[in-house]
Amino acid sequence: MVLKQIKTLLKISHSEEIMRRYFVVNGFDGALTMLGLIMGFYVSDRVDLAVVITTCLAAALALGMSGISSAYISEAAERRRTLARLEKAMAASLNESHHARATTWIPWLVALVNGTAPLLIALVIIVPLWLVRSGIELALEPLPAAMAVALVIIFLLGVFLGRVGGIFWLWSGLQSLTVALVTVGLIYLVS
Amino acid sequence: MASVQRLVLDVLKPHQPNALEFARAIAALGEGYQVNIRVLEVDENTETLQVAIEGDRLDFELISGVISENGASLHSIDEVSVVGK
Repeated sequence: MVLKQIKTLLKISHSEEIMRRYFVVNGFDGALTMLGLIMGFYVSDRVDLAVVITTCLAAALALGMSGISSAYISEAAERRRTLARLEKAMAASLNESHHARATTWIPWLVALVNGTAPLLIALVIIVPLWLVRSGIELALEPLPAAMAVALVIIFLLGVFLGRVGGIFWLWSGLQSLTVALVTVGLIYLVS
Repeated sequence: MASVQRLVLDVLKPHQPNALEFARAIAALGEGYQVNIRVLEVDENTETLQVAIEGDRLDFELISGVISENGASLHSIDEVSVVGK
């Protein structure tokens, strides 16, 4: 019942595309930020793994909070404006309609997607660091392993975008991967 | 008690939900509800519909509730068929 209601609100407000876009854009932000941070630690002199984990976790939380608050503020304002324009066209209050409910709830949903995408992706990227810290041995060193996870996620986000846009998946995946590799290269040069 | 068997309503609604979803929402109110919609006019933000509903025992209150819930407003009742029992 709740799912059906959410589906109706998403449809009425055309929010599915917006949420998909936010998911990819902010997910990409989260992955690239983590990749940059970890690369920064990698090229620095010996840094304690606990410091790396705490810093990455703090950055992930900040990305999540930033995603939630910025998306909520902008979406709520946009939705209110759209509802007011519709009420003017209808010459009636739409208080009891799906449109008014969408104005209240869709900004929260969009904000949640916008905030959780970078947070969850960042948390997945730092999993290898946690594993090594917990005493589990990996085939790679912890920082290169985390960077590899980040690169895979960035590639997959590109693939997802390619499928949405009807572009050949490998091409769009490689495009995203190129951006990530250029970022890694720049950090290496700067350091 | 008299039962309403046919209603023709003049309705103004936003573009979303579209006419098909709007008809489905009304038809879902009761078994045997048959809904026909004609789009009479389309503006930038709204469209005017002629909604014809047929059924054995139409519930006008429910119908007008679904119309409001979907952001539409009922302008007039243009035709009614009621059978006394």
